[in-house]
Amino acid sequence: MSTRIHRRRHAKNIAAQVLASAATLLALAFLVWILWETISRGLQAIGISLFTKITAYADQGGLANAIVGSAIIDAMAIALSAPIGVMAGAYLAEYARSTRLGATIRFLNDILLSAPSIVLGLFVYVIVVLPMTAATNGTTTFSALAGSIALALIGLPVIVRTTDEMLQLVPSTLREAALSLGIPQWKLTVQVLMRAAGSGILTGVLLALARLSGETAPLLFTAFGNNYMAFGPLEKMASLPAAIYQYTNDPNPALHAIAWAGALLIALFVLALSLLARTVFARGKTSHD
Amino acid sequence: MSVASVTLDSNRGRDRTDARNDALFRWALRFCALLVLAALLGAALSTLWGGREVLFGDGWRFLTSAQWNPVENRYGAWAPIYGTLVTSLIAIVIAVPLSFGIALFLTEIAPAWLRAPIGTGIELLAAIPSIIYGMWGLFVFVPFMAAHVDPLLDASLGRLPWIGTLFQGPPLGLGLLTAGIVLAVMIVPFISSVMREVFQTVPVRLKESAYALGSTTWEVAWDIVLPYTRQAVIGGIFLGLGRALGETMAVTFVLGNAYGLTASLLMPGTSISSSIANEFNEAAGLHRSALIALGFLLFVVTFIVLLIARWMLRSLQRKAGKA
Repeated sequence: MSTRIHRRRHAKNIAAQVLASAATLLALAFLVWILWETISRGLQAIGISLFTKITAYADQGGLANAIVGSAIIDAMAIALSAPIGVMAGAYLAEYARSTRLGATIRFLNDILLSAPSIVLGLFVYVIVVLPMTAATNGTTTFSALAGSIALALIGLPVIVRTTDEMLQLVPSTLREAALSLGIPQWKLTVQVLMRAAGSGILTGVLLALARLSGETAPLLFTAFGNNYMAFGPLEKMASLPAAIYQYTNDPNPALHAIAWAGALLIALFVLALSLLARTVFARGKTSHD
Repeated sequence: MSVASVTLDSNRGRDRTDARNDALFRWALRFCALLVLAALLGAALSTLWGGREVLFGDGWRFLTSAQWNPVENRYGAWAPIYGTLVTSLIAIVIAVPLSFGIALFLTEIAPAWLRAPIGTGIELLAAIPSIIYGMWGLFVFVPFMAAHVDPLLDASLGRLPWIGTLFQGPPLGLGLLTAGIVLAVMIVPFISSVMREVFQTVPVRLKESAYALGSTTWEVAWDIVLPYTRQAVIGGIFLGLGRALGETMAVTFVLGNAYGLTASLLMPGTSISSSIANEFNEAAGLHRSALIALGFLLFVVTFIVLLIARWMLRSLQRKAGKA
């Protein structure tokens, strides 16, 4: 009797362990499958014309304008979100560590972190694109600036959260030592605490850049797209994700190949940033111990 | 005038500028922090404003009508709402047991040296941009479903009396089930990382006591770890649900963008986010207003889901850079 119960429990345990291992393998298999298809199909279409020709040539062209556009939009987005995010994070860590306002902002920042990106695109459409269209009588409608504001909203919560956490990790003895020397608090925050938490804050900025550079949905109704090279922040501008979206929707298989090459570029960029963020973080950690 | 009073005076001047700068600094920081609130509030209000014609003009009919007709300019949101709910539900049904298995494997079963690399691999799934999920879904996974999975489901589960209607249909590859599976792969890293994190908070003494009484690994996981972490696990599931509801690019390509309502999961459908992505730039007037109104609905629903998630997770230790 007791051996039968024992055997049943043992069998159940083995089955659970096998299933759990299988679940892990399945998830890893999807990772390998997706990466493999992206790399193998992307490599086939990568050539010199990908970087030299613009999308106006369609299947005879490349993604040059989309690459330049993505670089400009992403740079503007991070230039907008990094200072605001770091300052907001500093407020939470240094002035609102245990106040109700701080708790509320932290809570809502976490929600913004997972908010649907397409709605943030609609938000920027309503508050930037529509007023700008009205103000310029339709000469300026969609713009790179609007796109970068939408992407900044994606990156902002990542930076706020990491900055807040990293500043909270700085030992309070450092604050006390600096304050006892008579340093004003703003100088303490900027010159002592942010320097001590520097690598952690940089990690947050890199993670935010990785996250916003792969976003497509918020760009569709803000930066729109452009088949020609554009540099002005008030022009419609092409971007890699939007160009990939457009090409994937097209029935022409030659464009699909270019889209895969673009996807590979984005994937490499995002993975490289994630790795860089990890190493920056790891190095920062060891140097403070 | 003595030397001492001069230095005192200049010190007082510096104190005053320091105090002023401190106050300015504090206000600048607070302003930036309040921008986070403004972003969320602004997203809600601006989409409410943009969709006012449909939301206030049609009222409940907008939610319950399944007729989405740009030609006659009549818009009912039921088909996209249905698609969003069904695909997210499929994603949760698949992703929750998978994530539990992964968390169990990474906290109780795998040898210690294997945990970090496999954990990183699972987290990489979250780093892949959603447009790549969408492309992979359309060009790789849809043909795979059409060739292997759909015919199999139609021939096996499709024959069953009650649930059969869910799995009947031509092997298109596109459809609600495919979108749900792609979404499941996307949200697995979020749910499993929350589960893994909370499983590690279970006191070792508790687990060791159970092992000492002769419990198996499974019994410890199911009877000790899971009840102890129930609240946070539910929070993690809601977090994944919030992600699934709002995801756009991955589902837009594989859903098929069809407004017909069908019982079968193998048939094409649409979702709130994919309707917006597909139609927004060609829409004008009332059509555009209807799409922005859809965005408002999506925002409100995900906000509530994420609110529940964060509420249940609030006790969790926060970790850097994780969603």
